Amino acid sequence: MKINHAVRRKLLQFIAFGCSNAHLLNFKGGRIYTGKWKQFCNPGLNCYSCPAAGFACPIGALQAVNGSMQFSFSFYVTGMLLAFGILLGRAVCGWLCPFGLLQELIHKIPSPKRHLKKGFLYIKYVMLVVFVLILPVAVTDYMGTGKPAFCQYICPAGTLEGGLFLLAAHESLRNAVGALFSLKMAVLIVTLIGCIFFYRFFCRVLCPLGAIYGLCNKISIFHLEVDSHKCIGCGKCKEICKMEVDPVKAPDSAECIRCGACADACPTKAVCLGFSTKCGKTLP
Amino acid sequence: MVNNKTKLLIRTAGLITACAFIIYGFTRGEAGVVLNKAVNICLECIGLG
Ligand code: SF4
Ligand code: SF4
Repeated sequence: MKINHAVRRKLLQFIAFGCSNAHLLNFKGGRIYTGKWKQFCNPGLNCYSCPAAGFACPIGALQAVNGSMQFSFSFYVTGMLLAFGILLGRAVCGWLCPFGLLQELIHKIPSPKRHLKKGFLYIKYVMLVVFVLILPVAVTDYMGTGKPAFCQYICPAGTLEGGLFLLAAHESLRNAVGALFSLKMAVLIVTLIGCIFFYRFFCRVLCPLGAIYGLCNKISIFHLEVDSHKCIGCGKCKEICKMEVDPVKAPDSAECIRCGACADACPTKAVCLGFSTKCGKTLP
Repeated sequence: MVNNKTKLLIRTAGLITACAFIIYGFTRGEAGVVLNKAVNICLECIGLG
């Protein structure tokens, strides 16, 4: 039996979810993992304040170093993001990101499924530039320390994976709840409802990490190609794509998460996905 | 083919840059800042900071 991309991907997504969140016992007592592995970044978005998390969140880490007293630019985190991006591009989103998997599971809730207006796709670049790159460096306290603005005002992964579990476990934290928490809960609720109706709502609209990896899709080693000699122009690949990409016209689209659904759907096997080049020339 | 050659060049240069960035950042102590942030509950992440 030939295992298609869908099965392989789901399997790897669950394995990656488990590897990113291996410290399950920490949920009991509301502790977080404090070992040395947390100096390394997870490739996908996964809050480091989640009790089970074993690695640092790359977006949180980038803001923490950029906004620290000692440094204003993180070579270390940028280097890791560049390495993940060039090797895998947005395949990180499709195959490895824990928050991506969560969104896919939420999208399975029966409901009418909607198309996303193109303009919404640009919001994630604003998130990246304003909340991740500018605010933590530009807005600092008297000590010269900046706050991680994306974590503070937006990130629903932090509220869901960290906030809710830790607040449930600690009364002292519950007593500190204020307006900021209400704002973050509102973003979380909008995100969760959005994910029911729109496939990967957060990834497509808000995620700054998806924006970074999306830009890397143009050059990533793991890539998608369409063989112009085999393609019969039936449009099945475009029809099946939940990220609303046309792989024939835009195989390097920043929205493509390299899920392989188009490759599975192609009747002539014209769509290839992988590290090596198996197809011929891509259609213009 | 020129396109593929350019891509190969960008990928190689990008990976070399990435490695250099990681090593440089690590040696000047950035990993310590990441570790320190990640092993303490981040109040901003959970909506209290
Ligand atoms: S876009 Fe963000 S949340 Fe979505 S899969 Fe990619 S890294 Fe994860
Ligand atoms: S173009 Fe293909 S691989 Fe990319 S997201 Fe759409 S179905 Fe998945």
